[in-house]
Amino acid sequence: MAKNNLAYVRTEIVPESPAPDLSKGIIGWVKNNLFSSISNSIMTIVGAMFLMWVLPPIYGFLFGNAVWPGEGVTVEDCRAKGAGACWAYIDDRMTFFIYGFFPKDAYWVTQEGLIASIMTYWRVNLVFAVGTLLLVPLMWPDLKYKLLNSILFFVVYPVFVFFMLTGGVFGLEEVPTVKWGGLTVTLIIGLVGIVVSLPLGIVLALGRQSKMPIIKTFCIMFIEVWRAVPLITVLFMASVMLPLFMPVGMTIDKLLRALVGVSLFSAAYMAEVVRGGLQALPKGQSEAAASLGLNYWKSMGFIILPQALKHVIPGIVNSFIALFKDTSLVAIVGIFDLLRATQVANLNLDWASSNQAITGYVFAAAIFWAFCFGMSRYSIMMEHRLDTGHKN
Amino acid sequence: MKNKIVTIALSAAMGLMATTAMAGTLEDVVAKGYVQCGVTTGVAGFALPDADNNWAGLDVDYCKALASAIFNDPDAVRYTPLNSSERFAAMSSGEVDLLSRVTTWTMSRDTQLGMNFTGTMFYDGQGFMVRKDSGITSPSELSGAAVCIQTGTTTELNAADYFAANNLEYNPVVFVDRDEVVKAYQDGRCDVYTTDASGLAANRSGFADPSAHVILDEIISKEPLAPVVRQGDDTWFNIARWTYFALVNAEELGITSANVDEMLGSDNPSVKRLLGVEGDFGASLGLSKDWAYQIVKNVGNYGEIFERNVGVNTPLALERGVNALWTNGGLQYAPPIR
Repeated sequence: MAKNNLAYVRTEIVPESPAPDLSKGIIGWVKNNLFSSISNSIMTIVGAMFLMWVLPPIYGFLFGNAVWPGEGVTVEDCRAKGAGACWAYIDDRMTFFIYGFFPKDAYWVTQEGLIASIMTYWRVNLVFAVGTLLLVPLMWPDLKYKLLNSILFFVVYPVFVFFMLTGGVFGLEEVPTVKWGGLTVTLIIGLVGIVVSLPLGIVLALGRQSKMPIIKTFCIMFIEVWRAVPLITVLFMASVMLPLFMPVGMTIDKLLRALVGVSLFSAAYMAEVVRGGLQALPKGQSEAAASLGLNYWKSMGFIILPQALKHVIPGIVNSFIALFKDTSLVAIVGIFDLLRATQVANLNLDWASSNQAITGYVFAAAIFWAFCFGMSRYSIMMEHRLDTGHKN
Repeated sequence: MKNKIVTIALSAAMGLMATTAMAGTLEDVVAKGYVQCGVTTGVAGFALPDADNNWAGLDVDYCKALASAIFNDPDAVRYTPLNSSERFAAMSSGEVDLLSRVTTWTMSRDTQLGMNFTGTMFYDGQGFMVRKDSGITSPSELSGAAVCIQTGTTTELNAADYFAANNLEYNPVVFVDRDEVVKAYQDGRCDVYTTDASGLAANRSGFADPSAHVILDEIISKEPLAPVVRQGDDTWFNIARWTYFALVNAEELGITSANVDEMLGSDNPSVKRLLGVEGDFGASLGLSKDWAYQIVKNVGNYGEIFERNVGVNTPLALERGVNALWTNGGLQYAPPIR
């Protein structure tokens, strides 16, 4: 009893009081993150001054002073002193950035309106639309019919794209690959490279770990040769040297040469990424598979590869992103990918102004960024989803 | 022994693959139904996609003229964009039938590469651009000037030669990239900008006030730009060469795409021979009688091509200058058709 009467002992719990004003809300966040010490305060002030110095001109160029497409906007507006990015030029040449020299549909090109402008390039747009329709459910984790979906996307879709774009059958006008261009070609090279390089890379990685000497030697030689040569050399070889080795009169399509070069090149890198995943697995996994009586392919397919590939998702996506950006190197061998299309459109004198080239490059960079950022986000999502808690 | 077998196998394989190698280019082209024409990957006025995303320009119009002569159809052409390092390889391998690609006619190319140049479609050369208010009218007044030059080009060497030969002092301001050079000149970092005259004109058209800059008349280097065919196929060489001559002759005789049908009734024997009304000169090329008529009807004469692509009413705004007909004091001259 006596205890309770002691003056210095509390009889009830102190109620929670709000945090001091200086450690909560915006002020608290600023204090903790920006001004937590003298050196951090200096860094913050310098950083803020740098941003204030850099951001307003960038904003002014891209948005504030930019020339937007609209009625009566001409190249003179872009040439005016103080004008920013010439978005009107991008808008005017948009079809070239996306479709290159692809011929327009004879009927729809004469029509007006949004539907007509989509239908003018209906063959390419149909390829885009079908590709999106197949790819989205394939990447959506919870949907069913994955096997059918993959067969459609990886086997049927490329055939469809080939006939749709080259034509010459079903009454479609024949379009040689030199007329393909812009974003279309960038996506084709990127997708073909990704779709070919992953399985080929897995096969090469397995081959490199094989106990059969011929296969092992071949895989090591293939990987080391392709990794030791710069992609630009591969492309020059394919476009300049290869025709000289061929008999006169026989030529291989230029785009096909670039596709093969890019695919084999990235397959060599992919093989090493996958090999990293294979080596991260303890030997017990393959021994366990063997003790269950699984043969080589079954143990690879059910036990080893699913774990190994999961480990190296960041590396695989890294290779994909690098490959997608490397597709712009085909510009130097005269293939009109997005970058080359931009460079050529920048020469167009109808829109000649001192901001023309910068605007074109900013536009191309934004498109590349959008695709690469999308890939990176998707890979992070897959990592979280496939995380089975073996990390700890 | 082993080597021999390999050699035999290889040559047999090559023999199988070389399907069209032995036939002449004209037969190949007729069999294909189109001319495969190598063009640049983009030079304003010479070959560049137009507003409808089709190739257009002086070089492209030459391809169209050739296709008109063979097929009566200027659109029977497929264009292969080639960069400067792959252009001759594409010719040797037969990937393209001809090269119409701002290629300078030089002796080494003509003699060592197995190429033939058909005729100068455009006489280009290095020139100077200055601000109009500087009052300079001739390169000889450029002593002590700051000159904007793209480094690593023949332009740089030509300028050095010119200033040394004329005992003039100059301060080169060099850049690697064309855009940087143009920007430096616009910002006033140099008094003069020098490159090929057609390039000067193309860059000037992007200036805020193009009329405040003048391209000096004097040209300090020879850059004859000519279409190229493979050596050793004289039939094809003749067709390519006389396509060019037909364009020039048509201008000289006053035949344009607009009046070519009227001109069919002309009394002038030269016009009659060119348009195939009299004689059959097309047969000697392996073409139809009206080959030149088709060229002019579909593409126009040389003057029309020039004015349409690089002339004073285009953004390039080039005067005819040395590219005028010989009758007007220029260099464009074609042998008579008789």
